[in-house]
Amino acid sequence: MNATASASFDEMVEPDGSVRAAYAGYNAWYEEQDKDWLRRQNEEAELFFRRTGITFNVYGDNAGEERLIPFDMIPRIVTAAEWRKLSRGIEQRVRALNAFLHDLYHRQEIVRSGRLPERLLRDNAAFLPEMVGFTPPGGVYTHIVGIDLVRTGPDDFMVLEDNARTPSGVSYMLENRETMMAMFPELFTRVNVRPVQDYPRRLAKSLAACAPPACNGRPVVAVLTPGIYNSAYFEHAFLADQMGAELVEGSDLRVVDGRIAMRTTRGYEPIDVIYRRVDDEYLDPLSFNPASALGVSGIMDVYRAGGVTIANAPGTGIADDKAIYSFMPEIVEFYTGEKPILQNVPTWRCSEAESLKYVLDNLKDVVVKEVHGSGGYGMLIGPTSSRAEIAAFEKKLRAHPENYIAQPTLSLSTVPIFTKAGLAPRHVDLRPFVLVSPDGIDITPGGLTRVALKKGSLVVNSSQGGGTKDSWVLED
Amino acid sequence: MLGRSANGIFWMFRYLERAENTARLLEAGLRLALTRGSTRASDEWRSVLVTIGLDADFAARGLEYSGNAVINYVLRDKDNPGSVLHMLENARTNARSVRTAITRDVWEATNEAWMVLKEMLARPVKPNTIGEVLVAVRRQTMLVRGAMEGTMLRNEIFNFARIGTYLERADNTARILDVKYYVLLPSIAWVGSSLDNSQWETVLRSLAGDRAYRWLNAGAMDPRGIAEFLILDGRFPRSLAASYEKLRGNMGYLAREYGHEIPAHVMLRDVGAKLHQTTIEQIFERGLHEFIVDFIACNQQVASAIVHDYRFVA
Repeated sequence: MNATASASFDEMVEPDGSVRAAYAGYNAWYEEQDKDWLRRQNEEAELFFRRTGITFNVYGDNAGEERLIPFDMIPRIVTAAEWRKLSRGIEQRVRALNAFLHDLYHRQEIVRSGRLPERLLRDNAAFLPEMVGFTPPGGVYTHIVGIDLVRTGPDDFMVLEDNARTPSGVSYMLENRETMMAMFPELFTRVNVRPVQDYPRRLAKSLAACAPPACNGRPVVAVLTPGIYNSAYFEHAFLADQMGAELVEGSDLRVVDGRIAMRTTRGYEPIDVIYRRVDDEYLDPLSFNPASALGVSGIMDVYRAGGVTIANAPGTGIADDKAIYSFMPEIVEFYTGEKPILQNVPTWRCSEAESLKYVLDNLKDVVVKEVHGSGGYGMLIGPTSSRAEIAAFEKKLRAHPENYIAQPTLSLSTVPIFTKAGLAPRHVDLRPFVLVSPDGIDITPGGLTRVALKKGSLVVNSSQGGGTKDSWVLED
Repeated sequence: MLGRSANGIFWMFRYLERAENTARLLEAGLRLALTRGSTRASDEWRSVLVTIGLDADFAARGLEYSGNAVINYVLRDKDNPGSVLHMLENARTNARSVRTAITRDVWEATNEAWMVLKEMLARPVKPNTIGEVLVAVRRQTMLVRGAMEGTMLRNEIFNFARIGTYLERADNTARILDVKYYVLLPSIAWVGSSLDNSQWETVLRSLAGDRAYRWLNAGAMDPRGIAEFLILDGRFPRSLAASYEKLRGNMGYLAREYGHEIPAHVMLRDVGAKLHQTTIEQIFERGLHEFIVDFIACNQQVASAIVHDYRFVA
């Protein structure tokens, strides 16, 4: 194993070149393998993905063309002890998120207590007045959550983002593992890795446990997709398939006798739980965007009358807004009465004069994010931006400081990727997937590791040159 | 199952069947053209285009009726919505939209068919590679059917897929017969001439029936026998009778499963009875062409009734 000179924390290799305990078993296997054979396996992995059709569509780029998210075959490994701590922290955070959402749409105690400024709700399109006073079936708001974690040192995991709307990527978690097991079956007999494959079954169970009052008998679950041209269509189909659920589009659905019903070859049949992969805005043309063809007219009325469960609940987006994010430490403490186990990345709220001044003085060193943006587009990464880019961004920031938060440029941990020249460290993050139902909080051991494939790059988004890795949690 | 999924799987298998049959038709055309002078060859290419309903479009483009032009137009022309490549793309798009209704094997076979042929058809097809391409079309589409046969639950999804396959097959067989019916019209003067023999063989070959027919008839070719074989012989899997026998089975499943019949069941029984009770002599007496035109129309009515009554579209 080559020592990798890097200022960042490398999860595999110590600064002196020795291999960390988490990777000891893997490294022993890796050292024994013929590197030419590995190279060939690496090339075959791409063919495997193409054949299985694991692709994503990129908007506006060769419309309709499907692309692969590059897969790197060196696993990202977390020890059992590290995972125990992480899952405690994630569970605490997810519990707080649900309590927070319930409070926001009911008494708003957190606002009354002065811990959260009221303007954050008032000016926020993600806060849905339609949800006020309504409690979703089972009291669950975020049935599926993805918590984005970054690491900067041996014990330093921090939450970069909470994905409380419709976190994607879980199909990659599952297919990456499938691919690894198909390519290197023997490796899994050498290293004991906790399985992730029963995620779809757990998801189905978790969703069924949130059936609405109108449900009688075994709950009928359906995945609502915007259709085959959506960037995550593969995942929608994959999950529906794995759960044995119907994959429906808005055009298949209508309101029949106070229920949401799908057009089948035998007539209209009611659905109890809809795992929707359609944004709030498009869910119901009667309540939200009237031009939407992706949703169902009248679904919000049916929902409020207990005729259907929508997962995640409409209006959960308010909880993963970047402006709310900066209050997460307070939110966790307010609802759980405990100190947060997982820290936030230090965040300056540009709406506050003092923070704004600091951010403006240090633009070349910080990352500035738009509070309603997603996908890494509406942001400034100071250290890698030109002077002109910084100046342009500064203008936007000064005009509407309340639209931005800023964070220090973190030295994200690295994990090696497989290159023609051997192993090379690249920055990673981790998105574990969490299921919430009245039966409890269920965290799949592992998650999706995204990796910035370009040397030195900190951007792991698949839309901007990121790849993925299989993510292992070791057995005790 | 969802009406939209039934529609998707139905069309997925219609397109695959159509692609396979189109490849066979081109193969037969190619063979005939190789043994003919250029005038006869261009007639043959023209009849291929007429069979698949693309003659008018082809003529409008001012292309010449040469093997190379026709083959490339039918297989891969971007501006031809009825090209084999488009059929495969449509099959795959439908497969994607019903991904949850098919097994991984069926999906992968479909996806691979599209990938392989997209690659092969990325550049113009040359005379020395045409054979390879046509074999690939047949083989890849058969792989999908094989994956279907070997892995799919025998439920409504499977039956809608088969219904698509057999409706399309019956239509394609009938169309080939319709374009070539004059070849089969018995005429004392024609019998025995070598030209007719090879024309008849083309009809059989484009339906993959040449070997079976020779085997059944000890090598003797006779137009009446060929027509009987392709229309009425339930043992030949691409005959009209065999396609309708299968259709009745698949539709029968739906009637049992759903507890009631739709008008298409009655129509199917009528057509089936006709195929069962008619002799080839009666067909020729009434007119082979009239019989086929009538059959194609009935077949389309059955398809429309299925699309409507099983709520394929809102």
